[in-house]
Amino acid sequence: MLRRLHHEQPESFAFTPDNQAWAEAQITKYPEGRQASAVIPLLWRAQEQEGWLSRPAIEHVAEMLGMAYMRALEVATFYFMFQLQPVGSVAHVQVCGTTSCMIMGAEGLMAVCQKKMGVGAHEVSADGKFSWEEVECLGACANAPMAQIGKDYYEDLTEERLGEILDELAAGKVPTPGPQNGRYASEPESGLTSLKDFDSGRTQYNASVQLATDIGDTVKRIDGTEVPLRTPWRDLSDTPDGQEKGPQADPRPGKGETVDETGVTEQEAEATEKGRPDEDVTNGKVTKPAATRSQAAQGHADASAGTKPTLLTEAREGKADDLKRLKGVGPKLEQQLHGMGVYHYDQIAAWTDEEVAWVDDNLEGFKGRVSRDDWVGQAKALDKGEKG
Amino acid sequence: MLKDEDRIFTNLYGMHDRTLAGAKARGHWDGTGDLIKKGREWIVEEMKASGLRGRGGAGFPTGLKWSFMPKESDGRPAYLVVNADESEPGTCKDREIMRHDPHTLIEGCLIASFAMNAHACYIYIRGEYIREREALQEAIDEAYDKGLLGRNAAGSGWDFDLYLHHGAGAYICGEETALLESLEGKKGMPRMKPPFPAGAGLYGCPTTVNNVESIAVVPTILRRGASWFSSFGRQNNAGTKVYAISGHVNRPCVVEDAMSISFEELIETHCGGIRGGWDNLLAVIPGGSSVPCVRGEKMRDAIMDFDYLRNDLQSGLGTAAVIVMDKQTDIIKAIWRLSKFYKHESCGQCTPCREGAGWMMRVMDRLVRGEAEVEEIDMLFDVTKQVEGHTICALGDAAAWPIQGLIRNFRDEIEDRIKAQKTGRVSAVAAE
Repeated sequence: MLRRLHHEQPESFAFTPDNQAWAEAQITKYPEGRQASAVIPLLWRAQEQEGWLSRPAIEHVAEMLGMAYMRALEVATFYFMFQLQPVGSVAHVQVCGTTSCMIMGAEGLMAVCQKKMGVGAHEVSADGKFSWEEVECLGACANAPMAQIGKDYYEDLTEERLGEILDELAAGKVPTPGPQNGRYASEPESGLTSLKDFDSGRTQYNASVQLATDIGDTVKRIDGTEVPLRTPWRDLSDTPDGQEKGPQADPRPGKGETVDETGVTEQEAEATEKGRPDEDVTNGKVTKPAATRSQAAQGHADASAGTKPTLLTEAREGKADDLKRLKGVGPKLEQQLHGMGVYHYDQIAAWTDEEVAWVDDNLEGFKGRVSRDDWVGQAKALDKGEKG
Repeated sequence: MLKDEDRIFTNLYGMHDRTLAGAKARGHWDGTGDLIKKGREWIVEEMKASGLRGRGGAGFPTGLKWSFMPKESDGRPAYLVVNADESEPGTCKDREIMRHDPHTLIEGCLIASFAMNAHACYIYIRGEYIREREALQEAIDEAYDKGLLGRNAAGSGWDFDLYLHHGAGAYICGEETALLESLEGKKGMPRMKPPFPAGAGLYGCPTTVNNVESIAVVPTILRRGASWFSSFGRQNNAGTKVYAISGHVNRPCVVEDAMSISFEELIETHCGGIRGGWDNLLAVIPGGSSVPCVRGEKMRDAIMDFDYLRNDLQSGLGTAAVIVMDKQTDIIKAIWRLSKFYKHESCGQCTPCREGAGWMMRVMDRLVRGEAEVEEIDMLFDVTKQVEGHTICALGDAAAWPIQGLIRNFRDEIEDRIKAQKTGRVSAVAAE
């Protein structure tokens, strides 16, 4: 799905003081220099505050985290929970439509949304209060079909019940989330089949519903005052010298590994040399002197590997063997071999390991082919066939 | 059936005291410090002996995975990352653990982190689980207050910080390297392996990524012994497992039972049977959307474990998310919906998956309506084979397998529909 920033953007964005404090606390979860890790939580909090994610909000978060705008924008467009256009002011209904919910009647729920709101997915109803979309599996499959409204899951829905919920929301009420058919959580509807030995009576609601009713922020935009900010990982009271433990030390390089500018070990294979133009294009028959190569590649261990085999300036008796009969050699590579001074099977058949290494290394764009395709063995066979 | 005393998640439905005191009363956090004092090797060996296989879908032995972590630090810190990005369609088991029995997970994080030399652990929970995140954070805060986390966690002498991080709605972040990318604040695009996370994972440091359930069962296994855990299930498929049954059973639910339980027993004991009886069973997806579906008649006697479902039914246990479909289901449409899911969730990094997922969905779309040629079924099968195994991560495979399962098991149904569409007759052709 194409995800772009909305065509109309607000002038500016700022976190509320409580959300700002919350955001700053989140950053301390990650090691020094790794604050970019907090981008998703911060963007999400910005969205919760405003209802949707605007360009100024993305840029504000990027600045807080010392990220390039582009990097934060990438994140905002990649993750589907970020609403890049305004949504209904009262509620945005996300109906799960993936298989488990679909076979239990999610399509009916979407029809209810469409009918009640009078708009298609991702559009805002005429009164500006509602919008809806179909989302992929929300992970409450044993309670299918279900929808997420605001921060909460409304599970075990029927079309009728969803209609009522939308009516209640429109009337300014917030229906109790959770299973809508009298179930407690995800136990079998008719009663427990397991864990009966531990039955100790139940609290009024399951954990999700309890939190929703306690905090009461179900479809509300949040400013950070709902829940007190806690950052126990920064707790200093039990550190012996009273100093902040602070974030973990920066990752340091592994033994004997080189390090990039961020201090991370680079464990990918590194390029041994930079690409450069082919010096021999006009020359045709002269091969690159091994000496200059090794000078150019000083410090790069592999660049001048092997010894140069004896090469010819032209084919003997003006008639070259058909090198294309070697597996893996096409017209292009044959031309290159001719350019190097290789014309005959017996030449190749006579190469030593050292010489193979040299040719391997000097085939522009075909490095390593000689040994990979066992040219020497192939050439020996072909040479025998030719002569015999 | 598993006895209640052998269940690990004793508050799976959240009906009992969810606080730390309640968890302690049910036996969690009992002697955690002493377990840790038995040492790293003991823990890893005990985990290996228990036969626990990763509960996130792939079934890789957990103890073995831990043993890949470097024994000695080279200066880099090590990390445990818990994969709580539960988004495989059909799967809703970790949600129950995190909101209702969070202390099993928190205690597991401490022990597992110690076993892999990590002083910090990140739990990556999916963004949509907002209340679950709050419930888990509340439990973490409480554990900090009581000295079970932080400096000298639980009196073990090990300093340990546990952080809760969340995503924002991307299925692909359930793939371990995509999860690490996302945790580093980037788009969730999987990394090439090697290097494996145990060598260079989060922030380039040694990292192990484990599923919530794999970690949450650790403390109980260590307390009750590896032999207790391995006494459930068949050889090589040990332990207890949280199953999530959705779809056309009389009473869908999440339930913990022994591995290698028969499908019939699972459904009859906990779900009140198939809607409309066993004769009405059409197909079952036994392990979450990524595994191929199985015909109902083959499923009745099936043994619910990794080896049986893979070797005997060419499917898989996956996350043990059982999706049941009765004969009123349009199976082609059900699988088409999965194709749509994978098209939506492909991260776009590898061409076979990015283009293939959309292509497969469009062909499936026509198959649902029957507006296709019979030869196209083979072509579709062929394309799924070209997507499978040609991508960085397993999402390409996951997009291909449900379709392969459909064609293997319900080819007649697809052909009938095409013929019916061609002739305009429905019932007569279907009866042929």
